Amino acid sequence: MQRIGVFVCWCGTNIAGTVDVVKVAQTLANEPGVVFSADYQYMCSQAGQDMIKEAVKKHKLTGLVICSCSPRMHEATFRKTAAAAGLNPYMVEIANIREQCSWVHKEMPIGTEKAIILGKAAVAKVNLNAPLTPGESPVTKRALVIGGGIAGIQTALDIADAGFPVDIVEKLPTIGGKMAQLDKTFPTLDCAACILTPKMVDAGQHEKIRIFSYSEVTDIGGFVGNFHVTIKKKARYVREDLCTGCGLCTEKCPQKKVPNEFNLGMDTRRAIYIPFAQAVPKIAAIDEDYCTMLKTGKCGVCAKVCTAGAIDYKQQDEYITVDYGAIVAATGYNPISMDKFDEFAYSQSKDVITSLEFERLTNAAGPTAGKLLRPSDGKHPHTIVFVQCVGSRCSGADKGKEYCSKICCMYTAKHAMLTRDKYPDTDVYVFYIDVRTPGKNFDEFYRRAVEEYGVHYIKGMVGKVTPDGDKLVVQASDLLAGKQMKIDADLVVLAAAIEPDKSARPLATLLTASMDTNDFFTEAHPKLRPVESPTAGVFLSGTCQGPKDIPETVSQAGAAASKVIGLLAKDKLMGNPCVAHSDEMMCNGCSSCEKVCPYGAITYADKEYRMPDRTTKVRRVAVVNEAVCQGCGCCTVACPSGAMDLKGFASAQIMAEVDAICK
Amino acid sequence: MAERNNMKEQILRTSGVNPLKCMRCGKCSATCPAYDEMEYHPHQFVYMVETGDIEPLLNSESFYKCLTCFACVDRCPRSVEPAKLVEAARLMVIREQGKNRLKPDDIPAQLDEDMPQQLLVSALRKYSK
Amino acid sequence: MKVSYFPGCTLKNKAKDLDTYARRCAEVLGITMEEIENWQCCGGVFSTAKDEIASKLSSVRALAYAAEKEQILVSVCSACHNVLKQTNHAMQNDADFALRVNNYCAPDMAYHGETQVMHYLELLRDVVGFDKIREKVVNPLTGKKIGAYYGCLLLRPGKTMQMDDVENPRIMEDFIRAIGAEPVVYAMRNECCGGYVTLEDKNLAAKTSAAVLDNAAAGGAELLVTACPLCRYNLVKNGGRDLPVVYFTELLAEALGVLDATQGVKEENNG
Repeated sequence: MQRIGVFVCWCGTNIAGTVDVVKVAQTLANEPGVVFSADYQYMCSQAGQDMIKEAVKKHKLTGLVICSCSPRMHEATFRKTAAAAGLNPYMVEIANIREQCSWVHKEMPIGTEKAIILGKAAVAKVNLNAPLTPGESPVTKRALVIGGGIAGIQTALDIADAGFPVDIVEKLPTIGGKMAQLDKTFPTLDCAACILTPKMVDAGQHEKIRIFSYSEVTDIGGFVGNFHVTIKKKARYVREDLCTGCGLCTEKCPQKKVPNEFNLGMDTRRAIYIPFAQAVPKIAAIDEDYCTMLKTGKCGVCAKVCTAGAIDYKQQDEYITVDYGAIVAATGYNPISMDKFDEFAYSQSKDVITSLEFERLTNAAGPTAGKLLRPSDGKHPHTIVFVQCVGSRCSGADKGKEYCSKICCMYTAKHAMLTRDKYPDTDVYVFYIDVRTPGKNFDEFYRRAVEEYGVHYIKGMVGKVTPDGDKLVVQASDLLAGKQMKIDADLVVLAAAIEPDKSARPLATLLTASMDTNDFFTEAHPKLRPVESPTAGVFLSGTCQGPKDIPETVSQAGAAASKVIGLLAKDKLMGNPCVAHSDEMMCNGCSSCEKVCPYGAITYADKEYRMPDRTTKVRRVAVVNEAVCQGCGCCTVACPSGAMDLKGFASAQIMAEVDAICK
Repeated sequence: MAERNNMKEQILRTSGVNPLKCMRCGKCSATCPAYDEMEYHPHQFVYMVETGDIEPLLNSESFYKCLTCFACVDRCPRSVEPAKLVEAARLMVIREQGKNRLKPDDIPAQLDEDMPQQLLVSALRKYSK
Repeated sequence: MKVSYFPGCTLKNKAKDLDTYARRCAEVLGITMEEIENWQCCGGVFSTAKDEIASKLSSVRALAYAAEKEQILVSVCSACHNVLKQTNHAMQNDADFALRVNNYCAPDMAYHGETQVMHYLELLRDVVGFDKIREKVVNPLTGKKIGAYYGCLLLRPGKTMQMDDVENPRIMEDFIRAIGAEPVVYAMRNECCGGYVTLEDKNLAAKTSAAVLDNAAAGGAELLVTACPLCRYNLVKNGGRDLPVVYFTELLAEALGVLDATQGVKEENNG
């Protein structure tokens, strides 16, 4: 029989305001097994914890019931208290009489009655608790970063600088991501390439960093500290060990008509290409969709001109498997398609562009060498209209996103300001719903666009863009003037909403990491654990977790790195002892549990058993890998013979709780 | 005040619209082809119904200018459907005894030989009860 | 294949062409349009008011009639199609409305939106197929630059009408291609002509119609096609520009070689 101590917390008035804590303590004192019962103002305080420790010694307690707040809040605290008093920490049960009781009831008698019932259930469970000991597993001291944008690069650099090896897997031929496509960055207007490319070089040259470019993660097994990851290195038909990045092949390739994705299709590249001059690694790749040699077997120009002999038309996709202790998702974002917003005539006119296309049009390395020219006729635009919130903050329709994309207000202010700065002969209009500039020096930046650069900010949305001759007639609301206005524009720039990269959803499945309805990765806690996925060992960096700008991305990337470093610095990981366990004598080897296990933690083994008649028999029985099991309990429900049970949450314990509640 | 709330409630019920969804971007008014002919514009219908300021809407002729083209409905980023509020306000007026905007007797004077029947039935639906 | 056909008031009167050519072409394409018995006018516009019941009963009767015959309900006039489709949508999704309608109509019928409502253009696209039309064309309208005028009723509200992308539709452009002509895409093709307000305010209709025609002409259209008699009336009467506007069925008939009734008879005799 257990000797149970009950400790009822007031939580100031949080609990005591609606629950008669004295009555709860008195009533629970009469429950079977309870030898001590008390109440106290703040049980989690040092004094409260000391009171528990003293009671354990004085009354020789073997189990504790704490009637307090949610176990999410202080279960760990009270388990430590128990351990300090010499008890097994798993002999503690929390009865949540705050979130599940005092906070949801208004009347004292009802709150008190429910608190007593919850306390009785916890007592009933502790009566059946057994001491549990967590297992240990080793940690592979190498991290994987998926995605080579600024988020992935920064995370990798920080981890590598702490001395741990890191691999970056990037699906494109170079790292750099979206930031490499940007012109200047707000609010300081440093050139994006000037601050990014040194970091790309650092990553490329760091002795602890390996970059798998033009590669994808295709399979992930294992668990925190012990992931096994399969990486597909797509055939680039160029040998990485030989290519010097001289670029001769990309000049001689006769296939010139390939849309250049780096410039968002606004110009062309060759079939063999290096995405941009500062690419890391600076190794060419052949686009198999366009290469004449790969398609027809007739060409071979690049092989002829390559002095390094790096071209290999026979190269195949290669799969490698690497072990990691931690994985960081840094898969980034893309602007949404403008297909469903054709009231802005994006599909009808080349002079209606997205903001990312505008970045390329103003970038010195872009299709117009940095001159702002209309895509349709190469003329200099005089009237430029920016439309904010295109596809952001939408509701109910099957188009657009419900969230604010967060970066558009600032980059639009930047575009408008730079346009006016470079071309004082332009008229620049920005149609906005709200200008959102919470960030250091952000509002000052936006005000400069208005006050110093004379950008016309108009509160109201654009309703229709009508291409008419070489003009774009922009029809919009000016809500403050109370009129509908029309502007004959030369160029219209749409601040398209951003969405997570399409590779994020399948990656989340591989990682068993959770996502929200918008396909952003979910953090373990929105405030207190913002860079961790709820899946142990998986961390989040950058816009794959939610829209954010470069400063925020870099901070979060560093935070994710520090979490990874904290994990990799450990030699062993303590597991969760509340895992499934199969009673081999009852197991009939039916495989039901294996089929429902979401973590692949159950396998089967043939074992020899001595039977009652003294013969030996080989039986197929389920075996749980305790390191992989997350304790979800699916198997215990699926098991037809009752062999499978969950330590710490055994069926008998749950039934005892239910009985106590229903009594 | 009670009367005011009552009118608001009736418009909300008839239209099925929730004006609280509006984020005040003005796209409805930006896209409205009848904007210049209206005293109160689509976004004002939404805002004034939300605040219960119904009477000026009913005393204005703005809703007779609405083309029911649903441009505001389809382009509203928040799915507010302003045209339905305009319709509800219009019905609130013409459903009253003697408030028909268009009387059958008015029609002969307006006819021309190419006028499709569809025009007459539509106009009678919109302007009369 | 047989379909139920709701012609509507105007197609029996001022827009007889729209009706005649639609039926004649349907026969060529292997579809018989069976006119609904005792159909009543749809009312021209759908009231979005949830408590507006009586004015929608004629549409419900037509829908129920097609349901009984287990046929698709087809109309050619954009306005009729809009009213029928929106009414059907309300019968499917607004339980209170459906209950009140059915209570009123009981015991003759109980209808809950089973009928599939199609515009003639959808019939061409989804049942016949534009490829098949292309095969049947005997007089391709090669070289003609035609602007499709959708107006508002064919497409909107998009959630209910579900015909095409509301902002970037292509069904009429595909139709124009199928009959051998060249479509002219212009931005105002899905903006309102002025509709019934022309009776109340000619100036407004003149402004809206002119905006459509000017934009179409600037895009190089030599001819516009529409499916709506009121659109045609407004554009021609109030548009202030000499740009011909015809019903799409007329061009279809021309392309299929049945523009002239005697041609049609000959065709039928030969076939």
